[in-house]
Amino acid sequence: MIDKIVPTMDAALEGVVSGSTILVGGFGSVGQPNALIEALIGRGIRDLTIVANNSGGGEVGLAHLMECGCVRRLICSFPRASNSTVFQELYRAGKIELEIVPQGTMAERMRAAGAGVGAFYTPTSYGTKLAEGKETREIDGRMQVLEYALHGDVALVEAWRADRWGNLVFNKAGRNFNPVMAMAAKMTIVQTQHVVELGELDPEAIVTPGIFVDRVLHVPYGDPTG
Amino acid sequence: MDAVMDAKPWSRDAMAARLARDVPEGWYVNLGIGIPTMVADHVPVEREVIFHSENGVLGMGPAPAPGEVDPWLINAGKKHVTLRTGGSYCHHADSFAMIRGGHLDLCVLGAFEVAANGDIANWATSENDTAPAVGGAMDLAAGAKRLWVIMEHTTKDGRPKLVERCGYPLTALAVVTRVYTNYAVLDVTERGFVVVDVVPGLSHEALQARTEARLHFA
Repeated sequence: MIDKIVPTMDAALEGVVSGSTILVGGFGSVGQPNALIEALIGRGIRDLTIVANNSGGGEVGLAHLMECGCVRRLICSFPRASNSTVFQELYRAGKIELEIVPQGTMAERMRAAGAGVGAFYTPTSYGTKLAEGKETREIDGRMQVLEYALHGDVALVEAWRADRWGNLVFNKAGRNFNPVMAMAAKMTIVQTQHVVELGELDPEAIVTPGIFVDRVLHVPYGDPTG
Repeated sequence: MDAVMDAKPWSRDAMAARLARDVPEGWYVNLGIGIPTMVADHVPVEREVIFHSENGVLGMGPAPAPGEVDPWLINAGKKHVTLRTGGSYCHHADSFAMIRGGHLDLCVLGAFEVAANGDIANWATSENDTAPAVGGAMDLAAGAKRLWVIMEHTTKDGRPKLVERCGYPLTALAVVTRVYTNYAVLDVTERGFVVVDVVPGLSHEALQARTEARLHFA
């Protein structure tokens, strides 16, 4: 019997090691796997490359992970928010590397990784500072920029409902990067608000099929705040 | 300068209302943060315009009534919103496929500068910006079928924002087709900026005096 539901946080994070590239779902404060992120702290895991849309807010989740010195590099589209002070201080002090990626390019680079596409051309960022040093080519009369697939060693994902096969559905804007990150990592670890019986999720409405998921931990924390 | 002083500029609300007049039923539209967001308030609900938010919301409605906030439903500006009947959710790669695949009829963005050739600079104000942040601006600017900019005609200290060439780091090249400011509405054409509408009482000379790029009058 396949059972991807794990009983403990230790079981969920087993094998996550220093130096990994970790894809972290979430947009703003919605759909962020904060319990999984927080649990990375205190395990001696360091030198992480984090791929996330934002750079964390306040002193929880991603911000806390960075504050504890676990993150070497951030790949991100929008590392600026009124409460992203932890990241800003580390960045100014030269204690964290930053790669800025247009949001759609970031999503597509992970989709490509998940779909076995090595690289692709896109008009986004052509002629801008973010395309400096990248290969370009005219396709269909338009200049485009070569972008490579972005693979994760680990993806940390937050779902709304999950079953023991790892089938997932999400809650409204909580979906965001979570499904595409689940596709793009060697090991996808999910925290879910609800665990349901196999067969309870409508097959027509499953957003992330279990093939993209390795472990599911039940974390019924309630609503996002902030 | 007297002519400029006499002419009353459009308020931000009036600018948004002026732009909203030009959005027909059936268009799929993404509105950037700031003045662009206000455009939605001026599209009457019976005119079915479908608003897209890049965090995976298609058919976004207005802000919720007090007490009816759903903490799981935010827009790209991280503000709580609602979903209209018929609306849907998608993940980020699909949401940006809508943007980058040319499926949006219109994107409205703010800007620091727009150049006479349609270049836009709206994401960073210097080459050495502390922790620059681009978000979806480059995808939207390059991907939507039409890119309109809505912004003040000049900076707070009176520097022109309609320029011959952008001085700030570019967001995308030659993509802006129309600009709505507090003094005028302008098309970006092969000739450069062509003025299609001006606030009442403002002379051509007075508008040109507030603009670095050369203006053409239709």
